[in-house]
Amino acid sequence: MSVVEESYDVVVIGAGHAGCEAALAAARMGLNTICFTVSMDSVALMPCNPNIGGSSKGHLVRELDALGGQMGINIDHTFIQSKMLNSSKGPAVHSLRAQADKSAYSLRMRKTMQDTDNLTLRQAEVTDLIVNNGKVEGVKTLSGAIYHAKAVIICTGTYLRARCLYGDVIEHTGPNGLKAANHLTASLTDNNVEMNRFKTGTPARIDSRSIDYSKMEIQLGDTPVVPFSFSTNPDDVQIEQVPCYLTYTNEKTHEIIRANLDRSPMYSGVIEGTGPRYCPSIEDKVVRFADKNRHQLFVEPEGLNTNEMYIGGMSSSMPEDVQYAMYHTVPGLENCKIVRNAYAIEYDCINATQLKASLEFKNIDGLFAAGQFNGSSGYEEAAAQGLVAGINAALKLLGKEPMILDRSNSYIGVLIDDLVTKETKEPYRMMTSRAEYRLLLRQDNADIRLSKIGYEVGLLSKERYEHVVEKERLINEEVARVKEINIGARKEVQELLESYGSIPLSNGIKLVDLIRRPELDYDKLAPIDPERPSLSNEVREEVNIYIKYEGYLTRQEKQVKQFKKLEKKLIPSDIDYDDVSSLRIEARQKLTKLRPANIGQASRISGVSPADISVLLVYLETYKNK
Amino acid sequence: MYQSDTICAIATSLNSSGIGIIRVSGEESINIVDSIFRGKNKLADCDTHTIQYGHIVSNSEVVDEVLVMIMRGPRSYTTEDTIEIDCHGGVLILKKVLKLLLDAGARIAEPGEFTKRAFLNGRIDLSEAESIMDLISSNSELAMKNSIKQLSGSLNKIIVDLRDKILYETAFIESALDDPEHYDLSNYPDELKIKVEDMISSVDDLIKSFDSGHILKEGINTLILGKPNAGKSSLLNTLSRRERAIVTVIPGTTRDTLEEQITINGISLNIIDTAGIRQTDDIVEKIGVDKAIDSIEDADLILFVLDSSRPLDTDDEFIIDKIKDKKVIILLNKSDLDTVINEVNICKKYDKPVISFSSVSMDGLNTLESTITDMFFSGEVKTDDTLYITNSRQASCLSNAKNSLMNVIASIDNMMPEDFFSIDLMDAYNFLGEITGETIDDDLANKIFSEFCMGK
Repeated sequence: MSVVEESYDVVVIGAGHAGCEAALAAARMGLNTICFTVSMDSVALMPCNPNIGGSSKGHLVRELDALGGQMGINIDHTFIQSKMLNSSKGPAVHSLRAQADKSAYSLRMRKTMQDTDNLTLRQAEVTDLIVNNGKVEGVKTLSGAIYHAKAVIICTGTYLRARCLYGDVIEHTGPNGLKAANHLTASLTDNNVEMNRFKTGTPARIDSRSIDYSKMEIQLGDTPVVPFSFSTNPDDVQIEQVPCYLTYTNEKTHEIIRANLDRSPMYSGVIEGTGPRYCPSIEDKVVRFADKNRHQLFVEPEGLNTNEMYIGGMSSSMPEDVQYAMYHTVPGLENCKIVRNAYAIEYDCINATQLKASLEFKNIDGLFAAGQFNGSSGYEEAAAQGLVAGINAALKLLGKEPMILDRSNSYIGVLIDDLVTKETKEPYRMMTSRAEYRLLLRQDNADIRLSKIGYEVGLLSKERYEHVVEKERLINEEVARVKEINIGARKEVQELLESYGSIPLSNGIKLVDLIRRPELDYDKLAPIDPERPSLSNEVREEVNIYIKYEGYLTRQEKQVKQFKKLEKKLIPSDIDYDDVSSLRIEARQKLTKLRPANIGQASRISGVSPADISVLLVYLETYKNK
Repeated sequence: MYQSDTICAIATSLNSSGIGIIRVSGEESINIVDSIFRGKNKLADCDTHTIQYGHIVSNSEVVDEVLVMIMRGPRSYTTEDTIEIDCHGGVLILKKVLKLLLDAGARIAEPGEFTKRAFLNGRIDLSEAESIMDLISSNSELAMKNSIKQLSGSLNKIIVDLRDKILYETAFIESALDDPEHYDLSNYPDELKIKVEDMISSVDDLIKSFDSGHILKEGINTLILGKPNAGKSSLLNTLSRRERAIVTVIPGTTRDTLEEQITINGISLNIIDTAGIRQTDDIVEKIGVDKAIDSIEDADLILFVLDSSRPLDTDDEFIIDKIKDKKVIILLNKSDLDTVINEVNICKKYDKPVISFSSVSMDGLNTLESTITDMFFSGEVKTDDTLYITNSRQASCLSNAKNSLMNVIASIDNMMPEDFFSIDLMDAYNFLGEITGETIDDDLANKIFSEFCMGK
């Protein structure tokens, strides 16, 4: 029997948020790339919440953009509402979140893919990996067609052996009734890949015409809108925004849920997968937080060309009739009509400790993995990994060293390090508290942190990179200038201070000390700083942050210096931990299993103590000299 | 674990009087010592491999007259900048100087850490590597055992509770940052300030109890053993020169252990009085007896008291069998009464020093003291240095935790945004965790998920 046989440099399995970024990165870096999807109508699909960004996820998008990824640009063109979260808090936790027009988002990403040179988008289910002598050589599809490749990136999201559940209804499909991918798992286990099974869920979508918005609080977007991408002109995103709404569950809702718990597959034991604790279904919330008499619900539009409204905060796997009953208890939803049921979804994914920080499998050469397949959750987490996997697959084929982001330069680095170092027992979500150096990893300086890397791997244009270099120069110059300035107790100074309710001066003072006063900032003091050059918003913002929080920033910079020392101490890949007799047994087992790349990573493995690390350091020293 | 932070330790024996040396090594060692040293010149301005005369000061008060040797890296044992301070004021002063160094930013060295650094910096022969690795792992286990041993149940509970409170507040702040539409932080800083002030006063109480030595059980662990009414409590009272144990002639009065710290010729002893050991059916008394037998293992020195007015019996034989592998001084008590036990016979039989003693007439007290002193200086009896290291480390963790909590207050007063509070709160949390030997896991994420309802 003759079959179709084609050859590519890179095969990407899946065209979700991870797959799109991976395929775009590889193709843009000049590699001949093919990207498979089970449906051409579901490229960059958002099957759950209609947002991009949010706390810490906004950081991921910014970083991805600084490296040359697509998500930021795509949402800037397709958002319908935008907010900067936490704007009253410190600059490190400011985070952008936009409501997306889901179908516009998906269509624009598909178009971008199809307009990209070297990139083929193909509808087909990949069923088999072709692996020989520990090296991936291509994939096979359901039809038997063979696609030879030097690198394969798995981005199967929630599609592997997926099943959707509500009540006693079980459908063997991926999200939104899309075809599940039922064969690839077997091929993976054949190649000794260790699989996990996770679950997640989504709320119902409601017909907007059946909602009484007068009983809800309206939630508007910010003006002016701040774009996600550093390349987007802010003037281009000042669009007319659509509102979202806020309402609450109540005791009646909770009574219905409690009375029907035995009908939820979560509680009747039908669901096997591990669900995320941070994104609990409404049943979970009612059971686990029994003392709360109400939970917030966000009612958000799914797009401009549909009347579906997403009911954020009320995902569920209850039977259809219970869903109706519980939604009907909510103010404004008394007469609501469900367009799509809420459901839980189970899927196969991997234990990501089988991967290196480059997202390549430790034991299968040329095989990479990204996104929910790696046990993460969220569009942004997926996209960030996709970009890294795509870049590293391409760098590998180009004969270059992999791009390793670390905990000190990005949230993406934190995300990947956590995934490949800690054995995650539930879908992993990014949070700002996971980033120990978060004061340095702000969304406002993602370009300064990462543009150089994006430019060097060949994804970011020279023009964009040079813009960042110039921006950094202006910031440093201005910070240095401001540090030299002393302010006397002149009449105009006192008047300015009084106008902001700030204590007048009794003596001269340094300008930086005035900027550090809580009620003042860099911009407010412009009138008494006549020598100040005219600078852009983005530069002024950085100058203000550097000066205002200098003490804390220097502290974290010092910690980063320590951190880097340990990251630089590499562990040879052929080390035999059984030779290191002084290691405790638990540490030896963990190290043997996870094979960390460096001492820093080793120190973050649970079960490895500081004394084990000391022993390892001494051992490496002797090893080096052997 | 951190390779280049600055470490310090007392390099000489802790119990000998007179001169003692403190060694400091690491990037910041010169600056740190400069901050507590007053001499003719700043050490930073002095040449390497010179000795400077001056004083160690605390809040402009002189603590000790010292000689300071400066060895700039790489020409030092560790190849890092190293300072040695020769102190002259005895053990207490030595400890005080060490504490000043810790407060100024140095960290107490782990056992073998100077050697480890020397090794990692290429200073020592590779053949020593194996022994260094063994030293590190065995010492860290010992230190862990010590740190758990030293934390009484109640103290441990205070720290665990305190950590839980800190984690809860941090998790609340973080939940509000992750999900600002669910959790509101307005007015929270004022609430937090009150809570943190409370935490600080708990930490202060802990620091005080460390300082006053209630927790510090340094010195030679000396166990007084004997059958009931042999005169153990009288011995303790004689040594500590005050009535502490209840002394009666009714056998079995000391049903629990009693402890006392005393100093003999500059050597500190942690003396533990135990219940008399004998076969008994009394449940309460039996608990005391078992406890006494259990404590034999941890003892550095045993004072075995025999009543010389009564002949040896099976209870005495039983005790002698239990302690045959330990350092023991046998005391023939009640030498003022008619003795039936002969000093020479006992000496022959057990091959341990024997002293005739009377707690009534104080006969033999001087001999006992000089025997203990000799045994210490000959190295026959040793104190456990890791215990001291554990103590110092725990004390500096407490003061670091306090500083972090003070930073939270400062941030609140300066109206810093709430996300800055969690940074210092987590620092305090981690410092306290080092005391109880907790390792850092995903505590915060777990707390956020378990206490606060998040998400879509």
